[in-house]
Amino acid sequence: MKGLSILRHKKASDIISDLFIYIMCALVFIIIAYPLYFVVLASISDANLVALGQVTLYPKGFSWFAYQKIFEDERIWIGYRNTIFYTVFGTLFNLFLTLPAAYALSRKEFGPRHKLMFYFIFTMFFSGGLIPTYILIKKLGLENTPWVFIVPFSVNIYNMIVTRVYFETSIPQELFEAAMLDGCSHLRFFLKIVLPLSKPVISVIALYYIVGHWNDFFTGLIYIRDASLVPLQLVLRDILISNLVFKEGVGLGGAAGGYAQRYADAIKYALIIVASLPVLILYPFLQKYFEKGIMLGAIKG
Amino acid sequence: MKKGDQFYKVFNNCFISIRKNYLLWLMVLPAVIEVFIFHYIPIYGIQLAFREYDFSTGGFGGKWVGFKYFTQFFNSYQFKNILWNTFFISISNILIGFPVPIILAILINQLRHQRIKGILQTTVYMPHFISTPVMVGLLIVLLAPNTGIISRFLNMIFGIGSLNLLGEPKAFVPLYVLSEVWQHAGWNSIVYLAVLSNVDLELYEACRVDGGGRWHIIRYVELPVLVPTMLILLILSLGNILSVGFEKVFLMQNSLNIRASEVIPTYVYKIGLLSAQFSYATAIGLFNTIINFTFLSIGNRIAKRLTGWSLW
Repeated sequence: MKGLSILRHKKASDIISDLFIYIMCALVFIIIAYPLYFVVLASISDANLVALGQVTLYPKGFSWFAYQKIFEDERIWIGYRNTIFYTVFGTLFNLFLTLPAAYALSRKEFGPRHKLMFYFIFTMFFSGGLIPTYILIKKLGLENTPWVFIVPFSVNIYNMIVTRVYFETSIPQELFEAAMLDGCSHLRFFLKIVLPLSKPVISVIALYYIVGHWNDFFTGLIYIRDASLVPLQLVLRDILISNLVFKEGVGLGGAAGGYAQRYADAIKYALIIVASLPVLILYPFLQKYFEKGIMLGAIKG
Repeated sequence: MKKGDQFYKVFNNCFISIRKNYLLWLMVLPAVIEVFIFHYIPIYGIQLAFREYDFSTGGFGGKWVGFKYFTQFFNSYQFKNILWNTFFISISNILIGFPVPIILAILINQLRHQRIKGILQTTVYMPHFISTPVMVGLLIVLLAPNTGIISRFLNMIFGIGSLNLLGEPKAFVPLYVLSEVWQHAGWNSIVYLAVLSNVDLELYEACRVDGGGRWHIIRYVELPVLVPTMLILLILSLGNILSVGFEKVFLMQNSLNIRASEVIPTYVYKIGLLSAQFSYATAIGLFNTIINFTFLSIGNRIAKRLTGWSLW
């Protein structure tokens, strides 16, 4: 805080507490960052050295083995392809539903808006549960199709509220009145004026939706049977958790559990990186937008 | 006659307002329909908890059996265990997961160097974006007996590195809760950081002038300003008291730790989806929802009385 640095009355207790703060922060940093850093190291180091604990601060026995194996595994390519498809079209559909609704709910002259808000918010606290939802989706014929990732649950009420608040506070009323005087309809106002002015909030909720789709494991688990439709997260679960690391199965050619497991672990490290890469790359650039989203939502919502 | 007139007036007013704002109605309609189909219809589907599931009609119009499945659940031999596990995991998560973001926010807020502060923030927010399969996969590989770095670390300190912690029922809740904190505490601290960054600088000055050191500042300036937010978030998490996330528990479960890791959502999944006992599973789900809703209502009333703020 700039304010704190202005105050220069340094007492002995301050210096001690300063030190304490820095040590605590360093600890937090290490606790969070080191496991992730280690995974990167382990994914490019020799598997045996990793297993023996020789790899701590820098890679040893440099090897692309793990990444190669992942490159060759078509399950991962299929998963990636599917997830990209679901994410792109899912997010587009999300925005198509959420943005206009948030706009309508932000207009004071829209009488039913409070009742509609209640209608939406109620669903945040009360839900039908897994089984009724499953039966419904089955009956709608969405089970085991790509559409189950796009159509159901496409409106996130939290995102809608954040957007609505933004529309209410960041679009000046005078702008609206001027447009209305010129004979502009709500739709035109929304498309030509509001949307271009709302890039920050659109980025925020688009990102929320994108991450939601990318990380979605549950939908695929419940509704997908076809191997050609599986999203990336399901493939990850097969490899990382069910330990189906090699398509043909671990322990080929009678290899002892330890030997094969070491190479399985190497592949797992690399896979963690490969799976999280898009998010971890985008993330630092977009962190500002995410934070803004939370503050908008939390403080107003 | 009069009542009829009144009704006609209301109906006419609705009609007029719809016509006036028909574009706005059009814009909100897709979302309304979507929520109706995928949220409200399943809510109606809850009545399945009181009926036998009839395969020919698929969910509606089976024979009415009243509370049969609720009693079945309460009397089943797994009931106590599942209920306890769910409650224990949830409460532990709150007890530990609630204070940490607050402490973290206060800690980060103390930093004066903007660059270091920024780097620290970016770092602690990152794990939040890892997906659940990746997170559990990370846990598995780092806890691998003898070879994983966490196992190695524990070996150095406690000498228990060769244990398969993920197969140990007693270790399940600590592992679950600590990894939850590791993953989400950073992100959850954003709200508190936002509040802290809005604190009037004069308050800091005043505290200093009164001879307060850092600890005093924290206790008398920063904590009080965080209390409203703390209360709101605490109440919201109490509303989820019997609601443990399905994905992570499901992925961390195995045949060795199942005694400690079977919770209501995973049980509903197994009963309902895997062995297709639809009515039974719906009843359990409804039980879960009702308990959560009750706690949320109680918490809401307490919040209203304490801070004047409430959800409804």
